[in-house]
Amino acid sequence: MTSIPSLIGVVIVSFLLTRVLPGDTATYFAGPAATPKALEEVRKQLGLDKPLPEQFLRYVADLTHGDLGNSLTTGQTVVGDITSRLPASAELTLIGLLLALLIAVPLGILAAVRQGSWIDHLCRVVATAGVSLPVFFTGLLLVYVFYFLLGWSPAPLGRLDIFFSEPPRITGFLLVDSIIARDWEVLRAALSQLILPALTLAVFSLAPIARITRASMLTALSSDFVRTARASGLKPITVTMTYAFRNAMLPVITTLGMVFSFLLGANVLVEKVFAWPGIGSYAVEALIASDFAPVQGFVLAMAILYVILNLAIDLLYGVIDPRVRVTT
Amino acid sequence: MSASTIPDAAAPAGSQRLAPIKSLFSHARYIVGDNPVTGLSFGLFMLFLVCALIGPYLVPHDPLASDTMAALQRPSLRHLFGTDQLGRDIFSRVIVATRLDMTIAISSVALVFVLGGLAGIAAGFYGGWTDRIVGRIGDTIMAFPLFVLAMGIVAALGNTVTNIVIATAIINFPLYARLARAEANVRREAGFVQAARLTGNSDARILLTQIMPNILPIMMVQMSLTMGYAILNAAGLSFIGLGVRPPTPEWGIMVAEGSAFIVSGEWWIALFPGLTLMLAVFCFNLLGDGLRDIVDPLRRT
Amino acid sequence: MDRRNFIKSTGAAAAAISAPAVFTSAQAQARSETLVIVSESGPNNLDVMGVGTNVPGYEASWNCYDRLITHEMRTLSDGTQYYERDKLKGELAEDFVVGPDSATFKLRKNATFHDGAPVTAKDVKWSLDRSVTVGGFPTFQMSAGSLTKPEQFVIVDDHTIRIDFLRKDKLTIPDLAVIVPAIMNSELCKKNATAADPWALEFTKQNTAGGGAYKVVRWTPGTEVVFERNETWVSGPMPKTKRIIWRIVPSAGNRRALLERGDADISFDLPNKDFAEIKASGKLAVVSTPYTSGIQYIGMNVTKPPFDNPKVRQAVAYAIPYQKIMDAVLFGLAKPMYGAAADKATEVAWPQPHKFNTDMAKAKALLTEAGFPNGFETTLSFDLGFAGVNEPLCVLVQESLAQIGIKTTINKVPGANWRTELNKKELPLFTNIFSGWLNYPEYFFYWCYHGANSVFNTSSYVSPPMDAFIEGARDAAAAGDQATYDKDVKGFVDLAFAEVPRIPLYQPYINVAMQKNVSGYQYWFHRRLDYRAFVKS
Repeated sequence: MTSIPSLIGVVIVSFLLTRVLPGDTATYFAGPAATPKALEEVRKQLGLDKPLPEQFLRYVADLTHGDLGNSLTTGQTVVGDITSRLPASAELTLIGLLLALLIAVPLGILAAVRQGSWIDHLCRVVATAGVSLPVFFTGLLLVYVFYFLLGWSPAPLGRLDIFFSEPPRITGFLLVDSIIARDWEVLRAALSQLILPALTLAVFSLAPIARITRASMLTALSSDFVRTARASGLKPITVTMTYAFRNAMLPVITTLGMVFSFLLGANVLVEKVFAWPGIGSYAVEALIASDFAPVQGFVLAMAILYVILNLAIDLLYGVIDPRVRVTT
Repeated sequence: MSASTIPDAAAPAGSQRLAPIKSLFSHARYIVGDNPVTGLSFGLFMLFLVCALIGPYLVPHDPLASDTMAALQRPSLRHLFGTDQLGRDIFSRVIVATRLDMTIAISSVALVFVLGGLAGIAAGFYGGWTDRIVGRIGDTIMAFPLFVLAMGIVAALGNTVTNIVIATAIINFPLYARLARAEANVRREAGFVQAARLTGNSDARILLTQIMPNILPIMMVQMSLTMGYAILNAAGLSFIGLGVRPPTPEWGIMVAEGSAFIVSGEWWIALFPGLTLMLAVFCFNLLGDGLRDIVDPLRRT
Repeated sequence: MDRRNFIKSTGAAAAAISAPAVFTSAQAQARSETLVIVSESGPNNLDVMGVGTNVPGYEASWNCYDRLITHEMRTLSDGTQYYERDKLKGELAEDFVVGPDSATFKLRKNATFHDGAPVTAKDVKWSLDRSVTVGGFPTFQMSAGSLTKPEQFVIVDDHTIRIDFLRKDKLTIPDLAVIVPAIMNSELCKKNATAADPWALEFTKQNTAGGGAYKVVRWTPGTEVVFERNETWVSGPMPKTKRIIWRIVPSAGNRRALLERGDADISFDLPNKDFAEIKASGKLAVVSTPYTSGIQYIGMNVTKPPFDNPKVRQAVAYAIPYQKIMDAVLFGLAKPMYGAAADKATEVAWPQPHKFNTDMAKAKALLTEAGFPNGFETTLSFDLGFAGVNEPLCVLVQESLAQIGIKTTINKVPGANWRTELNKKELPLFTNIFSGWLNYPEYFFYWCYHGANSVFNTSSYVSPPMDAFIEGARDAAAAGDQATYDKDVKGFVDLAFAEVPRIPLYQPYINVAMQKNVSGYQYWFHRRLDYRAFVKS
């Protein structure tokens, strides 16, 4: 509930911000050869001649009905656009995060166990190098090498090759939907489209995950219970994985939440490079076109997602850390 | 400030302030010697600083001069990094761009340090309403997709260097405010603060002379990390067309321009500015890591 | 056929994840009947008469709707199919007669809409009424041909419609062959109309309610549009391609990669450099055709100092690095509009090159003469939507102007804001492109140089002699007075070159790159693709 004021803040700020955008919606609607009079009429029609507070009230009133307005660039309702595009972004981000976890967590553990060795330094350099690359640059490079030069990867044309048809839409996640439909062909095709953009995102998110894994592993490894476990003659691998690792997971999960919301933002550029039909590319196009409604809708959707995510992390925390359960 | 204005109690507080800095230096020497990566990144950082300061006087070609007869040339001895679509020397442009990129990074970090730092300290020190308001502002910014917020700010205010700096500062505000708040909160009741208060120092004075210097080291770490992020952010903005005005050389814009040429085989246009950009961000990040080790030996264990 | 099931049944699907670029035989078959088009942006509305429909939307409308009449095609010497400006033929009309006060159109009796309903004169009237009443761009375009009132469209019988002329206007008949007067299924539209939306604009935005050669079967805004052939189309020869997939690929590099690797068949919006290289490599077929009546120019606001002084404008015209722009920005893919020989007589044609060339000494002298020996400062604006050409162009112009002391700051205007900025008529110095659908000199000049000061007269140039020439040419054309027409056209061209409120740079090319096995590209005045003639072998 503490997040409600910040949601209200987001609504106000995004409204004001989009109103200061330089483009003029009325000019867009009125067409190339509009007379000043026609422009004035269109402005009136769209309610743009009203004072800002009134426009805001109208926007909020629409909002309470779940109406986010219409997009000029796609010609559809913003709610429709966002619901149809959100799964694409979420799927990409989740797979990217998963890839990052699979690489970064072992790296972090290794770095902690061999603290100060060349492995430690290497992990640090690799992870830092990843986060130092602009995502669009990584993406373009990957496309160039793996699609254009080597031909290993399919064309960077969105979620599915042109000649596949999407499985019946249930969750909107192509991987899940194709499994439900038992369509292994499509599953394979969707996966192969996902690899490069997900990798681009993963490269970018290695550093924070590896760093926090290393740090919390170090803390856990030097703690009393690990010392006790070691002293009682347990195998080192058991000690590391069962005792230290489980306890080190808590901060990692908190960081994951941060990284996820950060990645959804970084998505914006990755989606542009890979022609990914997600909400990030949608927002960028809209912003460049001075198209208010989609930008506001996108920002609001992301803010809500952010709040839900934080909630989910709190819950997950409770599952992993028994102490939280006891105290609540 | 002159000595006469410092009340008696300021002396212990002052030494309290200086002590960590002194030990920091000896510790720093030890760390740099011990950790080659940090040493390397520090060297790189100096190199970038030198480029930013005197680079424009050293470059072999005018970074703005076009020479369409020599357009799109591969790297050679004459043009170390090749030439771009208009025949401009990429090496010279990369070097000259250092100043602008460093300016963007440093000024946005300085701005957010002042804004976020002060707001955070005030929030941590006073608590109550101040704390709540600063916290809410931070929460609201955090709830935005940050890159899109930066895009929105630059699109709305116009794409100038100043606005890019402002946008970058705003999206980093919560990070600084939270950090400063946490640190200030811990030190609020610390002995040296109490002492300063008892001797009749004003709140503003205590904030500036007691709390600020003590949380400076941890803020320095954050600043180093954010500098890299600021450069990436500016590059991202350039990529979608919201960067600085042409023909000003800037790494992000050069990568964005060059990206159109990758498929046709002119890889050098994007690659060299891209690598330089990466190196700079890389250096800031490693430096931040290194600084963290220096500032916070405990976390190093 | 469901391709997925087909693949499953043939079991030809065991490729590893890392090698999906290999096509199975089923994919190959589906591909041979499908044309894959990639472009930077897609439609926001399938109806050209919609509110705020963008240019890609015109392409959808062009292929999904028939018009009463259309242009004939001719083959240029290089083999390109090019539309005949002055030769029109029936499309939905099997026959038409143009009289002095009206034109009569006989509709094809066997023509049907996509839903099977026959096309009748009442559909035609409803559609034309709609085009002149919905307002905005479509109504405006119709008015360019003096088509403004529903009363002009008269139903004679079920398959005959008469269009009455308001006045003698050379553009009335050609205006019926542009994209706007598409014939729609009036019953279907009325069924989906509401009190607030009597012309069913909401419905036709999402659905194609016509009888054209193709229909939209799937549209994912911002991602792709899938068209399927209308098997019952009778208004022309049956198109050869069954399916058209139009994919939106924002990155130009990716579009080129897709073409070069054979994953896409056609693209017409690549950077010039890519076209030049693809052309040189010979791997793909590239067709380059100059935009009809399209010119990229440097404009100056003549209402404000210093550009109110013709000498300053001439100085700028001598300081433009024309050849550098041709080489480094356009890679030779444009038709120069500068540097005509000094003794060359003015032609009765537009566009034609002017006599300025790059001559810094002359530029400097003119600037000094105008009272700016040390130059001045100003801003040079461009539309970020076309940054690929505009940005390097402006950088070159900026550098060159600096040599005569004119210091410019480059101002990038986001695409959405460009028209707003032009409308304000305050930009001092800028580059822009104008091209009209109707290819007549007086039409171009009316928009760009006439004192009515339309949005396209970006220089705010107002001159009574200019207006007299333009109006004279228009009247002469309607009256068929060739001598006066020629005199007036030469008159306005000469005046435009003497006063240079805008400096023409070049006539851009529309470049289309396609796979070698694709043929049948046609150049149309609207410069979008006509799917009907494409053949994939």
